[in-house]
Amino acid sequence: MRHGYTAEQTKPQMGFFTDTSLCIGCKACEVACKEWNQIPDSIQELTGMSYDNTIDLGANTWRHVQFIEQPTQIETEAGFRWLMSSDVCKHCSEAACLDVCPTGALFRTEFDTVVVQEDICNGCGYCVPACPFGVLDQREGDGRVWKCTLCYDRLKDDKEPACAQACPTNSIQFGELGDLRERAKVRVLELQERGVEGAQLYGADPDDGVGGMHSFFLLLDEPEAYSLPPDPKVTTRDLPDTWGAAFAAAGALAAGIVASFIGARRR
Amino acid sequence: MVPAAEPRSYYGRPVIKEPIWTPEIPVYFFTGGLAGASAGLAFVARLSGRKKLARVATGNAFAGVAVSPLLLISDLGVPKRFLNMLRVFKVTSPMSVGSWIITVEGGLLVVTAAHEFLGWFPKPLARLFEAIAALLGMPLATYTAALIANTSVPVWHEGRRELAFAFAGGSAMAAGGAAALLASDQASPARRLAIIGAVTEGVAMEYSKRRMGMVAEPYSTGVAGKLEKATMAFAGGGAAALLAAEAGRSRGIGRLGSALVLVGSMLGRWMVFTAGKQSAAAPQYTIEPQRERREKGTLPSSTA
Repeated sequence: MRHGYTAEQTKPQMGFFTDTSLCIGCKACEVACKEWNQIPDSIQELTGMSYDNTIDLGANTWRHVQFIEQPTQIETEAGFRWLMSSDVCKHCSEAACLDVCPTGALFRTEFDTVVVQEDICNGCGYCVPACPFGVLDQREGDGRVWKCTLCYDRLKDDKEPACAQACPTNSIQFGELGDLRERAKVRVLELQERGVEGAQLYGADPDDGVGGMHSFFLLLDEPEAYSLPPDPKVTTRDLPDTWGAAFAAAGALAAGIVASFIGARRR
Repeated sequence: MVPAAEPRSYYGRPVIKEPIWTPEIPVYFFTGGLAGASAGLAFVARLSGRKKLARVATGNAFAGVAVSPLLLISDLGVPKRFLNMLRVFKVTSPMSVGSWIITVEGGLLVVTAAHEFLGWFPKPLARLFEAIAALLGMPLATYTAALIANTSVPVWHEGRRELAFAFAGGSAMAAGGAAALLASDQASPARRLAIIGAVTEGVAMEYSKRRMGMVAEPYSTGVAGKLEKATMAFAGGGAAALLAAEAGRSRGIGRLGSALVLVGSMLGRWMVFTAGKQSAAAPQYTIEPQRERREKGTLPSSTA
């Protein structure tokens, strides 16, 4: 839902196009993000999930490189193919986190991105299960919720986000949303013509359930393989239903109370 | 080229994040519902000339509304910033709307209870506040359902049309049970309210589960499944005992029934809370319905 808590749109809409067909899994984005944003370390354990020991996006992981090993019928030495992808906050055009935030800590910037103001967040945790992508989480020992800011501070100085600058293969591309969408359309057609099955754009359609993502992807398999919801939808679109039920039920409760007195004994 | 393995996910990891809310929250669903429905019960009891019942229900409403903010503040990641809840008012955030409701309701009930028990404040003011508190108590009892339904947790969001009725029923059980337990006489309407509440919650949950299909599975598995059975036992048993008390006029069985429905109401909130966590933790409940939607090629229509 587009509403207040929105800065004046004085700048072009900015975003990421993450072309996973170019990702080599170097994790430079994860490191650059941590360095620039001074994010605390995450406890590292060996997960057994290929080379992914970061597990998921969260308060202390704003770029997350995934490693997906798949058996393939094409004869290769390894007998499997490796998909790699750098996941990040989608900066939805209709952002559930922003809609549900009761303090106004989450807001839409002049670049049309979604940012948490850390001096306001009181750690109520509503945005955590509201996000259809599981991006936001509460930081332990801090209590507040943190996520990718699309390097809001760097954008204000006309610099590109740290992850995009660090990416050695240009898998992470930063730019104006319209340009990125054009570029992505050309790229996915090129791959499909080359016979790369499964090549598809994710989040590039402004008519999707979140009004289009400012951070969208070119994937080589179905979204769920990358832990992405296949058809995400901002739950606020169903608010007329949700509030309608709450008010109807409030009325029903009042009726129930009155009814319980009808024919009741005095003593 | 790549054989599709179903169901697919990323190493079985959840797609969405589990709610981080602490046990204070399901307890608050109970105390908030108790406060809201008790405020309504007190008002109608006074109108019907049952002063003793009105007094007990006023006390219960005050107790509920006094404990609730403590539970809510204690759940915050940064409790000292609780006042930030009143920086803005957002209808897109049921938590924001609820924060305002509980704040206003608290103020109203403080005055009402202070008049009832301490004789403070003029009577007309207390009666006016009692009426407004009764009105505001209704959404106080049900907005918490809207709050959890407006998340990506499948079992909550898909239950968005029924959860509020289940919560209204649970609140009626809490208010009716608590008043029937504490009222020395005039308990008849309170017992009836608890019975109506138990039936409403049972029917709403059953209907919701049938409509949701596989998404409703968490209600029958793991801890939530056990809580579901316990809720049914306590609410059902309590309602039966209250019905017997209404018919047989035995106070003892009425007290037993009241205690049972009180526990049943609390267990019901806990069940919904736990089912939500289980639903978020298992990727298939997020992925499968969306996969179906995607293959049909229709975006679920925006009702807006």
